[in-house]
Amino acid sequence: MIATFDAPSRVPESLRGPLEAALEPGERLLAVLRLDLDEALSFSEGLVALTQRRLLALRKAPEPRLESWPLESVASVSARDRAGLGSLEAFSETGRLACFRYTVARAGEAKALAEAFAAVRAGEAAAAGNRSQHEAPEAAEAEAPARLGVLLRLLRFARPHLKVLALGVALTLGTTAAGLVPPYVTWPLVDEILAPYQNQVQQAREATGVGEAQRHERLEQVREKGAAPFSRVPWYLSAMLGAALLAWALGWAQGWVLARLSERVSADLRNTTYAHLHKLSLEFFSAKRTGDLVSRISSDTDRICYFLSDTLMDFVTDLVMIAGVAAMLFYMDPVLALVTLCSFPLVAFLTFRTRRRLSRGFLRGSRAWAEMTSVLADTIPGIRVVKAFAQERREVQRFRAANARIVEVNDRVNRLWTFFWPMVALVNQFGLIIAWAFGAWRVFDQQITVGVLTAFLAYIGRFYARLESMTRMANSTQRAAASAQRIFEVLDRVPSVPEPARPVQPGRLRGQIELSGVSFRFGNRLVVDEVSLKVEPGEMIGLVGATGAGKSTLLNLVCRFYDPTEGEIRVDGTDIRSFPLGAYRRNIGMVLQEPFLFYGTISENIAYGRPDATREEIMAAARAARAHEFILQLPDGYDSVVGERGQTLSGGERQRVSIARALLIDPRILILDEATSSVDTQTEREIQEALDNLIRGRTTVAIAHRLSTLRNADRLVVLDRGRIAEMGSHQQLMEAEGIYAGLYRAQLREEEGDCGKKPATLVLRKEVA
Amino acid sequence: MSPPSRPVASAIALRHDAFGRLVLTTAEGLEHVGVVPVRCFPFSDPSGAISFCDEAGHEVCSLGSLDSLAAGTRAFLEADLARRELVPVIRRITRVSSGPEPTLWQVETDRGETSFQLPNEDHVRRLGADGALITDSHGLHFRIPHVRALDARSRKFLERYL
Ligand SMILES: Nc1ncnc2c1ncn2[C@@H]1O[C@H](COP(=O)(O)OP(=O)(O)O)[C@@H](O)[C@H]1O
Ligand SMILES: [Mg+2]
Repeated sequence: MIATFDAPSRVPESLRGPLEAALEPGERLLAVLRLDLDEALSFSEGLVALTQRRLLALRKAPEPRLESWPLESVASVSARDRAGLGSLEAFSETGRLACFRYTVARAGEAKALAEAFAAVRAGEAAAAGNRSQHEAPEAAEAEAPARLGVLLRLLRFARPHLKVLALGVALTLGTTAAGLVPPYVTWPLVDEILAPYQNQVQQAREATGVGEAQRHERLEQVREKGAAPFSRVPWYLSAMLGAALLAWALGWAQGWVLARLSERVSADLRNTTYAHLHKLSLEFFSAKRTGDLVSRISSDTDRICYFLSDTLMDFVTDLVMIAGVAAMLFYMDPVLALVTLCSFPLVAFLTFRTRRRLSRGFLRGSRAWAEMTSVLADTIPGIRVVKAFAQERREVQRFRAANARIVEVNDRVNRLWTFFWPMVALVNQFGLIIAWAFGAWRVFDQQITVGVLTAFLAYIGRFYARLESMTRMANSTQRAAASAQRIFEVLDRVPSVPEPARPVQPGRLRGQIELSGVSFRFGNRLVVDEVSLKVEPGEMIGLVGATGAGKSTLLNLVCRFYDPTEGEIRVDGTDIRSFPLGAYRRNIGMVLQEPFLFYGTISENIAYGRPDATREEIMAAARAARAHEFILQLPDGYDSVVGERGQTLSGGERQRVSIARALLIDPRILILDEATSSVDTQTEREIQEALDNLIRGRTTVAIAHRLSTLRNADRLVVLDRGRIAEMGSHQQLMEAEGIYAGLYRAQLREEEGDCGKKPATLVLRKEVA
Repeated sequence: MSPPSRPVASAIALRHDAFGRLVLTTAEGLEHVGVVPVRCFPFSDPSGAISFCDEAGHEVCSLGSLDSLAAGTRAFLEADLARRELVPVIRRITRVSSGPEPTLWQVETDRGETSFQLPNEDHVRRLGADGALITDSHGLHFRIPHVRALDARSRKFLERYL
């Protein structure tokens, strides 16, 4: 139904005309596949349409052409895709009629078309479903240069500290106001005291027709008269001093308050980002490099902290100061103010031009930095491999290359930057000269007094100094903006495994699992293909198949590390997407091939899933996992520190600790992913015993490379390229003589070969030759 | 969960034989010669679970807690354990060499003055609320039950590690 309604609307504009012309009266579109490739795999538009009568193909290149096949002649239609490239093929009873190619973006449409065809064949056109395309919400990363607007988003983190912020701003205003006093005082100082006095002295000196003695007497008189106005000088000076002291005290308070604030904001930022990381699915982490994430949380937040505590407040101070000074200038002499500030737009323009280029440079710089940390995060954990293959020099080379890239990117920024701000200084110097020139003329024109000019020049000096410092801040501001953008890239990620809107509490599950039509894609690769399977509570399923068949992926879907692209997974009859993630996963115990232990004591590691477990419980779990005795042999027993930087455990020992960890949470559903593949047969036997304890009474899905490990399984499921190929007991599958029987025989032969002590080197040599 | 439990011994008897080996007699009267008592949680719960292992490292018998023993047996066991363990308790830190790692520490312990090398700061870890455990370059442990009870100078040395 949906297909018939929706198909025509998907026809691209340019092909709608020809298609409609081609349709016969009464012919309805059932499904449409918009081709984006031609037969030679060049990008080109085209269309395959299915109606109730025909299969139609419209091509635009190499020349427009229309082909059609009556449905009676078409025996089957199949859609497949591989590595991003899909093909839709139509077959008659005798051979292939047509083959259409498309990119994986259109795979959904192709599949829908093939299904619609099958449905028409089955006589139920209405059932052709319109499959919704899966879109990974965690995808898509913006590449735009960092905008300063990003910094405003930091306000969200300042909200809990609004009072402190207000205090900080008030202190800033106070500091600025106090800073405005001293130049202002120069005005009365010059105009009321110094200049008149100077004039009188001048007059007395230059008076003509008087004797030397008389001149001396007049000067003495001037001095006596001047004593009265000069007595006001200490007052003005103490006003200056007071203002300076006040500015100092307020500036100190302001710095302290804001540094505290920024420290807290950036800590919040780190916490929020880290907490958000934990909400994101495995999909996100497998696509991101550890070093990159680490650098986002550590150095990017630090850069923001520096910006908030240092730059931002200077910036605000400067802004307030510039506004205040400008107001003062206009108050004293609007005309002079207007002329002298004419360089301001020029500076603003320069800053604006440079900012964009700087911003791109800084973003590139951040990325180069992340690249370097990635090399570290990659090689330090992998150091054994590096040493084993003697690749130290290459790794050093790789690091050097990443570092050279940082230097190169920063050089480019620095070149721009170092040119930029002396330029601003020069422009400002011009402004000052203009102020002098115009000011002198205004004094000559008797529009202003010398006092006004003095105060004015004191202000304008300040103005330009502030302007310069502000443009210099463009650097750290842009850096901070680039960092903020990188952090918000993480924060804006919507978890692709979202928490349900209306959660259903799972409580303690019974453990019935039902997969119906589950498909999953990694990017464009179909890894799990329409798997349907029902597992009863307490049943043990063995999952078998070649490597890369999608076994681990299927288990990851059951654990909800990913959500299926199509289909659904129900546990105890409820779609697992309606359970809160944490509550659901508490019902699942996992033992993986590569057990990961955290840095901490063995008992902490065993109790990882249930930190409140008692020591008795921990020991009981360890006993059941056959780990107790080897733990006692460690120097500090259960208090031995393991994990990275700690005591080294062998693969089998780590495995048993991880089994104890899974046992302790007493899960209803147990997932074993090649839990015994990396250990020798003796250890495997011990682990197998441990696992038998674990499996009892729980729904278990186990993957094992050694088929003998699955002897306890109630049912075996053979997965082949994402599909279920066979299912049944060992006996049934052996009798069916299919994939499983082949695998089993091959392994049996291998083991017999091992027993016959076939020298491994011989095999190796053969392969090399 | 039904772990296979070992015999739990509260009515055990302990003695040393002529070779100085520890002999354990279980409640059922079985004798095990040359057993090694192991504290399961030597730092987080030293008087808690004790396990007796034979020479091959297999557990022959376990004890939920020292408290479950008769006073005499307990004293005997504690004395035996004390002879197997060396975890000096630091009373005072007199000097820590400055400069790069490893650092040289001079300390006064309940067993006298000594000095040791500390490879890096990972070898100092917290123990409970206020305790610390220092592991020297040879793996020997030094315990500080209460950091706050140390004198100011010692605390100052420790500060950068905790
Ligand atoms: N995170 C991933 N991104 C892309 N492809 C993946 C990812 N994980 C697994 N694959 C691919 O999916 C296929 C199935 O993988 P997996 O389920 O691990 O196979 P297996 O059956 O060996 O456990 C493999 O071909 C693998 O390359
Ligand atoms: Mg796998």
